[in-house]
Amino acid sequence: MKSKINNIIKKRTLLFMCIPAIIFFFIFSYLPMPGVWLAFVRFNYRDGIFGSPFVGLENFRFLMLSGQLWTLTRNTILYNLAFIITGNILQITVAILFNEMVGKRLRIYKKVSQSVMFLPYFISAVVIGVFAYNLLNVQTGFINSLLKQAGRDTVNFYSIPNLWPFIIVLAYLWQSTGYGSIVYFASIMGIDSEMMEASEIDGANAFQRIRYIILPCLKPTFVILLLFALGGIMKGNFGLFYNLAGANNMALFETTDIIETFVFRSLNVNFNFSMGSAVGLYQSLFGFVLVMTVNTIVKKIEPEYSLF
Amino acid sequence: MQNSTNADLITGINMRKSQGSQKVIDKSQRFIQVVGVLFTGIISILCILPFILIISASFTEERSITLHGFSLFPRSFSLDAYNLIFRNPKQILGSYAVTIGMTVIGTTIGLFIISMTGYALQRPDFPLRNVISFYIYFTTLFSGGLIPFYMMITQTLKLKDNYLAVLLPLLMTPWLIILMKNFLKSIPHSITESATIDGAGDFYIFLKIILPTAKPALATVGLFLALSYWNEWYNSMLFLSSKVAYRPLQLFLYNTINEARYIRDSAAASNIPAIDIPMESMKMATAVIATGPIIFAYPFVQKYFIQGITVGAVKG
Repeated sequence: MKSKINNIIKKRTLLFMCIPAIIFFFIFSYLPMPGVWLAFVRFNYRDGIFGSPFVGLENFRFLMLSGQLWTLTRNTILYNLAFIITGNILQITVAILFNEMVGKRLRIYKKVSQSVMFLPYFISAVVIGVFAYNLLNVQTGFINSLLKQAGRDTVNFYSIPNLWPFIIVLAYLWQSTGYGSIVYFASIMGIDSEMMEASEIDGANAFQRIRYIILPCLKPTFVILLLFALGGIMKGNFGLFYNLAGANNMALFETTDIIETFVFRSLNVNFNFSMGSAVGLYQSLFGFVLVMTVNTIVKKIEPEYSLF
Repeated sequence: MQNSTNADLITGINMRKSQGSQKVIDKSQRFIQVVGVLFTGIISILCILPFILIISASFTEERSITLHGFSLFPRSFSLDAYNLIFRNPKQILGSYAVTIGMTVIGTTIGLFIISMTGYALQRPDFPLRNVISFYIYFTTLFSGGLIPFYMMITQTLKLKDNYLAVLLPLLMTPWLIILMKNFLKSIPHSITESATIDGAGDFYIFLKIILPTAKPALATVGLFLALSYWNEWYNSMLFLSSKVAYRPLQLFLYNTINEARYIRDSAAASNIPAIDIPMESMKMATAVIATGPIIFAYPFVQKYFIQGITVGAVKG
């Protein structure tokens, strides 16, 4: 014990080097944590967070009985599942296809195509909202102007909730396919080239090579990414939903409202701080349990990849 | 017998290898290549299409947009939108200045702290490295949520309408610290050890020896930071009201798209009657102006991001 303290004192410079980061996370992450008390009170400005009347689990009960908690949970989880499934299928497919592109001309094509697909990752959520507006708005949108030219009726996308799961999933794929396929492409690159050569000598064709070598080799990467994605299944991409579907477009809430957008509205529109905090706390706890579970599983199957 | 089989095998491999370099490709691979080019080609076109649409719209005459809607190429070319924006450029130039300022200051400070922390945390002889790593990592597992965070910034720190409310929370993320830590791990510890024997202190070693050798890592992490500052709109939207003279670029764009009064205000400043405002093309031109620098920087910085993603992807 004493030697340990001595050792810390000896290495105090390293501790000092961490102090700015320690202070940063203390202020911006740990200091707000006691604020979850908001979820258990009926908040009013005059009394502040800790002076407002304590109501126990009343806020949670209300959210549960009104069915809002269920809708939000359902939307958040289903969207994330759709993202995970479609995203991974597309990313793996693209990575495998790129891997088969050998030869000078194809290599140039591959480079250009990879760059183009990666570009959307660099665009802010606001600009994605502009893209959606350009494509979808009812008076001047690109899709509607094509429909008009074809003599068809225009579609008011912003008032049809059932279209939005598709639009949001497509937008997600648009932004993430290039990014995600880089990870898979890198793990294909990491496959032992002797294995590939041996399969060639044994007369395997490209399909067999993909089926029996590449896909099995991608399995660990896939499983780990999948598990951690499942751990984050309660977290939503606020920017995407908020900018695509519009901040306060009530007509679409049924299919576009996720936990993040609800919490944001309770802060900025309804000023119902307690309700928003209750949903936030519910999300945080739920997510915490999920990550812990996932980490335990990962530790069992591939200890090297566990988070802690 | 054994020898001859081995020899056959080796010549076999050599033969294959030489064939490979001559690009002998069997039918199945040719098929996959054709499908691949078609499939990735379609995706690539879809990825680039929205960019073409907004650029085209920004150069289209307003009347043509109201009549025919947005199109892939301008039906009638016009520079009205850009002319109007730059006739009274105070707002957009101010927004540019705010965003550039925040990006430069935030990235510099953030990168310094991140690399300092990352270096200390990867030192195998630092006794507190696991405790501090977990202290940082835990913030991704559990958080107080948006509303307590908002109350803390506005009430405890009193940073409403202060650019610091946008600048500070973005300085670092656990992911970037871990990424930096993984990068710096690849610099052999013996360098640190021999410098210590020569009498150098830990901070001196970090500043004079580690930082200069870690340039690729600094570039990668720095670019991730810079991108997050450039694209920042969330904290700006939460904490900066109209009392702030110049809104960061993305918030400026957001307001331009969603609140027509911002365009009318800017047109009024240039003495344009409300009816003549090229509303739609101005929205698109603002988006082009806000995104332009990223598109231009993209070819040069792309490889650093790819490096970061492959180093930091799976394991945190």
